[in-house]
Amino acid sequence: MRAVITVVGKDTVGILSGVSDICAENNINIIEVSQSILQELFCMIMLVDMEKSSVPFAVFSDSLKAMGKQKNLQIHTMQEDVFNAMHHV
Amino acid sequence: MINTRDILETIQMIENENLDIRTVTMGISLLDCCCDDIDRSCRKVYDKITRLAQRLVPEVDTIEKEYGIPIINKRIAVTPVAMLTAASGGDPVKYAKTLQKVADTVGVNFIGGYSALVQKGFSAGDEALINSIPEALACTSNLCSSVNIGSTKTGINMDAVAEMGRVILKCAELTKDNNCIGAAKLVVFCNAPEDNPFMAGAFHGPGEPECVINVGVSGPGVVRAALAKIPGANITEVADTVKKTAFKITRMGQLVASQAAERLGVPFGIVDLSLAPTPAVGDSVAHILEEMGLESCGAHGTTACLALLNDAVKKGGTMASSHVGGLSGAFIPVSEDAGMIDAARSGCLTIEKLEAMTSVCSVGLDMIVIPGDTPADVISAIIADEAAIGMINSKTTAVRLIPAIGLKEGGELNFGGLLGSGPVMKVNTASPAKFISRGGRIPAPLQSLKN
Repeated sequence: MRAVITVVGKDTVGILSGVSDICAENNINIIEVSQSILQELFCMIMLVDMEKSSVPFAVFSDSLKAMGKQKNLQIHTMQEDVFNAMHHV
Repeated sequence: MINTRDILETIQMIENENLDIRTVTMGISLLDCCCDDIDRSCRKVYDKITRLAQRLVPEVDTIEKEYGIPIINKRIAVTPVAMLTAASGGDPVKYAKTLQKVADTVGVNFIGGYSALVQKGFSAGDEALINSIPEALACTSNLCSSVNIGSTKTGINMDAVAEMGRVILKCAELTKDNNCIGAAKLVVFCNAPEDNPFMAGAFHGPGEPECVINVGVSGPGVVRAALAKIPGANITEVADTVKKTAFKITRMGQLVASQAAERLGVPFGIVDLSLAPTPAVGDSVAHILEEMGLESCGAHGTTACLALLNDAVKKGGTMASSHVGGLSGAFIPVSEDAGMIDAARSGCLTIEKLEAMTSVCSVGLDMIVIPGDTPADVISAIIADEAAIGMINSKTTAVRLIPAIGLKEGGELNFGGLLGSGPVMKVNTASPAKFISRGGRIPAPLQSLKN
């Protein structure tokens, strides 16, 4: 199962490492990362492989959300299927 | 990798535009629970539903987490209880209490199916059930009831129409200390769909399989936001934009429906292509119509805008789902829609205009608060008018009126939650008493010579 992590918020030091640390802790492999600054907002999209994840999806997504809250970032973790379903015929 | 813009668009829809899946509804047949003893029948009903639906809420919660899509309601629809009453006899309120116990046990928001299908006449169990509706809805909190009183194929059962006017009034009277909530849980249908996942009208029709998952999508906020991005566009572009947005919304519904069905080991039934508003700001169907260019919902032009919206939602949604059903269309429940509430308060939106709107959109006169002293035969006549629109146009229409006991025009009822709040609307009380008291049936309409 692959998931898309989106991080939106004010640019600060250590966003990428914060997210990737949590991925590594849970044995989640990062496949692709893209980041940009949109209207002064930091915006990062990460595609990860959850196949060998050591924790259930909900636990992983909650820990990212909690980290985001501390750093004032909005972090969403959603299965890749959602985007494929919505944006591809 | 998926396009960044697409990903951000989805996140934006969920975060800021109230995109959600409105309901995952499990339909369960109770035909094998009927027996000649009502207490045994109730035990079988409880055992069967709790067995089939025990994983419904936790599994749907897991899907919500994994896909990051809010799923607002988990519901159950069952075989019309009048059919069980026909076999078991006894006081149907026992079934109502059993279903409430089921809802408490499995943790669903609503359970629908305290229903009777009497479009052509009453059979055993129907009258007992209809007479018990006020008490059943007063002594339960999560039970919903519906009665189908007409259809295009059978005409309209005017005896049932007359009865339902009195039943609605009694529902409100028995719950007058609780915002007349009883009447908000009862809907009177013409051409009721058997696979509708939405309350209060959900029931599991006799033609449905043993157990099935139906999903209702939502997203008026998303449609309004999409239209806000094209302020100068002509109507063709407006329709195209609605279509494309509906496609995306429905794809999400289809994904959730197929996941829920797979995980619960139950066949997928249908996706209901609906635009279901909530009282939350930014989740209003009326605001879509206003975004199209009306000063207020209810102005002249409202019916045309709604017709366009409803048709475009269906066109976009049909392509996105393998099976479409239920009510499918834009809903216009007054108390559940911030824009409608405002329009009704200002007097711009009247019951007569709402009636016209129901001829081009899903459902009917929905969640409308009327004066508590409205005579039962006037309520019956409103039902008859609405059913006639459904019967002639081969579409579903429904009536969910809430007589506000003790209140007059200008007063307001506040139900809270998704049911919202509504001002008491003016009703034309010129008497239809003689028409309603005649009884009998309106014959089924001709299906040719359509003009």
